[in-house]
Amino acid sequence: MALSKIKANSITDDSITTDQIADTSVHGRRNLVINGAMTISQRGTSFTGFGAGVNYSLDRFAHFHSSDGAFTVSQETSVVPTDFTHALKVQTTTADASIAAGQRLIVFTRCEGNTVSHLNWGTSAAKTVTLSFYVRSSITGTHGGAFGNGSDNRNYPFTYTINSADTWERKTITVAGDTSGTWATGTGRSLQVVWGLGVGSTYSGAAGAWASGDINSATGATTGVLGTLNATWYLTGVQLEVGQATPFEHEPFGVTLQKAMRYYEKSYDYGTAPGASNNGTGIDHRTVGRDTPNAYGFFSTKFTTTKRAGPAVTVYAYTGTANKISNGDSGAELATVDAIQLSTTGFLTRNQQGSTITDQAIMFHYVADSEL
Amino acid sequence: MNDMNITSAQYQADLDGNNCGINIVIDGITISVPLEVGNRHYDEIQRQVAAGTLTIQDAD
Repeated sequence: MALSKIKANSITDDSITTDQIADTSVHGRRNLVINGAMTISQRGTSFTGFGAGVNYSLDRFAHFHSSDGAFTVSQETSVVPTDFTHALKVQTTTADASIAAGQRLIVFTRCEGNTVSHLNWGTSAAKTVTLSFYVRSSITGTHGGAFGNGSDNRNYPFTYTINSADTWERKTITVAGDTSGTWATGTGRSLQVVWGLGVGSTYSGAAGAWASGDINSATGATTGVLGTLNATWYLTGVQLEVGQATPFEHEPFGVTLQKAMRYYEKSYDYGTAPGASNNGTGIDHRTVGRDTPNAYGFFSTKFTTTKRAGPAVTVYAYTGTANKISNGDSGAELATVDAIQLSTTGFLTRNQQGSTITDQAIMFHYVADSEL
Repeated sequence: MNDMNITSAQYQADLDGNNCGINIVIDGITISVPLEVGNRHYDEIQRQVAAGTLTIQDAD
């Protein structure tokens, strides 16, 4: 058909909108964030008892905590917005109503340099991006967050407003790319997005501009989530894309899981948390071994998915005990081990028992962590 | 502020006696870490060593 024959009223809704274009499959893979719909959670579905520092919960999402408060993190399946089945939930179990300057509770996700190198950040050709997400909180008012680089020395604080308590709202934040600073382009940690749930003044900065330093939230943002007992904060539908916001890009569970496993992989069945005892389900590593002297390796394990970088590995016996392997017939703990030859494709379990393990079947589970 | 609560660290040695990794203990669990910049555990070990808050023991 000649173009002159196409009439405006033959196009759905008589117009072409950004949403309509984005909803077509040919524009897929525009979300730079992995697991933005919070569907994947290999480590478990409920997390408590965190010490200070970085802790990963749902895949590709973590929190950093240094405060006098306490909280839980869980994969929520009931309180979710339309079109979604999962969300990340934070609930305060011990309030810190007086957050010191250097204290903070943040939730974040980090992008590998290979994923965001085309943004050209750190150059004059830096592209504009838009962050969109669905959020719900019992704490209304101005909340904060920040973009940052992998060296924690560039930041762009932002704010968003919770207009109604306990109501899902979608927020969009458009940011002109950083033309300064160092932004990793390889397998290292590059762009990170942070949501502040209670951030002291040391880690808060002026919203709406790029600056130097390690900043996780905007000055003046509420600290009410961490500061209020039983306060809740939910997050899902996180999307970071070049240009303006488009509808959230849903993808199959298996696709997201495969992406996430570049950073974290376990041999357990998907629904079984690492360290579970007497677990006979899922893929285990069962083999008949030769006589294996102390400090010698048993047999190599190949990962399901090639890792971003050589991972940290923990081996578990079937009893759930870390750093042990099990007798392949009885499941009982057999020997102390560690993991060596840690590469992007696999590792070798090594006898650390102090004596030779005689010819017999062995089995174990493992966790490989190559998060950013 | 440490990213990880590492309570001990010890080099792993291969059969030739060369260091080939580090075993660290976090929350009572031993984690084997490659000698690889960019691995977040290794980077944090190096940061804590530089800060003087962690010492890596020699391999057995």
